[in-house]
Amino acid sequence: MPLTREEVLHIARLARVGLTDAEVEKFQAQLSDILDHFDVLRQVDTEGVPPTDHILDLVNVEREDEVAPSYPAETILQNAPASEDGFFRVKAVLE
Amino acid sequence: MSAADLTSLTVADAGRLLAQREASSRELTQAHLDRIAAVDPKVQAFITLTPDLALRQADEADQRIAAGDAGPLTGIPAAIKDVIVTKGVRTTCGSRMLEPFVPPYDAAVIEKLQAAGVVMLGKLNMDEFAMGSSTENSAFFPTRNPWDLARVPGGSSGGSAAAVASGMAMFALGSDTGGSIRQPAGLCGVTGIKPTYGRVSRYGLVAFASSLDQIGPLARTVEDCALVLNAVCGHDERDSTSAPMAPPDFTESLQTSLKGVRIGVPAEYLPANLQPGVRQAVEAALGDLERLGAEIDTEVSLPSTGATLAAYYVIAPSEASANLARYDGVKYGFSYQQGESMWDNMERTRQIGFGDEVKRRIMLGTYALSAGYYDAYYLKALKVRTVIRREFEAAFQRLDAIVGPVSPTTAFKLGEKVDDPYEMYLSDVFTLPVNIAGLPGMSVPCGFHEGLPVGLQIIGKPFDETTVLRIGHAYQQATDWHRRMPSLP
Repeated sequence: MPLTREEVLHIARLARVGLTDAEVEKFQAQLSDILDHFDVLRQVDTEGVPPTDHILDLVNVEREDEVAPSYPAETILQNAPASEDGFFRVKAVLE
Repeated sequence: MSAADLTSLTVADAGRLLAQREASSRELTQAHLDRIAAVDPKVQAFITLTPDLALRQADEADQRIAAGDAGPLTGIPAAIKDVIVTKGVRTTCGSRMLEPFVPPYDAAVIEKLQAAGVVMLGKLNMDEFAMGSSTENSAFFPTRNPWDLARVPGGSSGGSAAAVASGMAMFALGSDTGGSIRQPAGLCGVTGIKPTYGRVSRYGLVAFASSLDQIGPLARTVEDCALVLNAVCGHDERDSTSAPMAPPDFTESLQTSLKGVRIGVPAEYLPANLQPGVRQAVEAALGDLERLGAEIDTEVSLPSTGATLAAYYVIAPSEASANLARYDGVKYGFSYQQGESMWDNMERTRQIGFGDEVKRRIMLGTYALSAGYYDAYYLKALKVRTVIRREFEAAFQRLDAIVGPVSPTTAFKLGEKVDDPYEMYLSDVFTLPVNIAGLPGMSVPCGFHEGLPVGLQIIGKPFDETTVLRIGHAYQQATDWHRRMPSLP
């Protein structure tokens, strides 16, 4: 089932990836081709089979809630594209 | 000993030379820096070189050796795939998105290598965010296969494999989510192992698909890989998926006989469309393993092998779409700042900062996880993952290991598959199941076809790297494919 142009734009919007018109066209074709190959999944009988989201038997790994040293804000902000008063700076989120 | 000789040694041999004071780490390190200067303009394996750091670490290593405080890796020059963070040394992940990123901390494996006294020569090229099979998806430049510069080294750890194959590093660390250590090791004629998921801490490994990613070594021999595994494996509480168990001494598994070892060869791993030269090399290797005492069982079947590729390309991109949401141009890395709004900046940051394959996988994963498709794609793929695991579990009831080719073909030409993503995905068809099932897998050189290396894949039970290493080591004691090096200037 090929993806429509609108579906590609919708996915790109959900993923916050800007696309040019040429990219929309290219990805529409390529993603449709890849999804076609996923039909093989339907041929595997998974009736009553539980999902594996993880191969280890670990569940809810926890540790004691103890105070430990962390990084100073200025160290973390060294890689920030824009910062102000010890915070990351972004354009207004709400208009 | 001449500089050329110093760059073709194994880690084990170099360790003996250092221990006997026949060479210093400074000499060994300088020989590798010289080799890089001579060869890397052609191979292009390195994104970042750290010669000053390397020579400083070499001098420290020489002091440790003089003080009698050295281990098997002390003073050994190595290089690191640029997906593993290094404090104060730019870590790009092969992406424009992280081009300016200088990590404030070291990955767990870097801490461990430093404690062992390893010398770091630099950071190695890779497919962007480890997504690819040819290293052509690097945002900076493609790496070349040292056996034929017109061909790809494989990927995504292509820089790692090419650096070891061409004598620029004694070993390298790579990462493997669907074959990214084993496939380039195979295509470049070096030895590479992906340990069981959970063996090596992922703390400081830039995340691609968190339920599949695993760090491992690429080196010239199985013995060298065992030495590196001894240094990097072990539980780490900073990675909640790190296995809470003590690893064995991996060098103790290095025997020469395979008497009584039961090795299966699934029919699905030798399909009719396998490149004839690959089939020939793998079948010859099966004969060698039998002569070493192994029992070869060809009555094994892993019927869901054909569905593995689809399951992988639902699961890995789904996890990637979540992991890569962090690249928003706010906290670090590339940032587009000229937009109208915060959302506008974010979309443009990701449009410019990510390459095509990363965008494809983010979109594929976003689609598979989105309302209306989650059950049909993502949940279904997780159930198929269970089916695949169970098939391996059943096979391992009567087998100690499974072997087959690493890749369906030898190294392909640059540009040959870049425009057909699915065709590129097919080059990992034999390596993906190992990640999906959480098993250890290793690639060892097993021959050549028209001058290009062929890799033999050895797959073991979960946490049984020991048997995988044993088989590979015995094979390398009986063959010399791993000793061959490409002729570069």
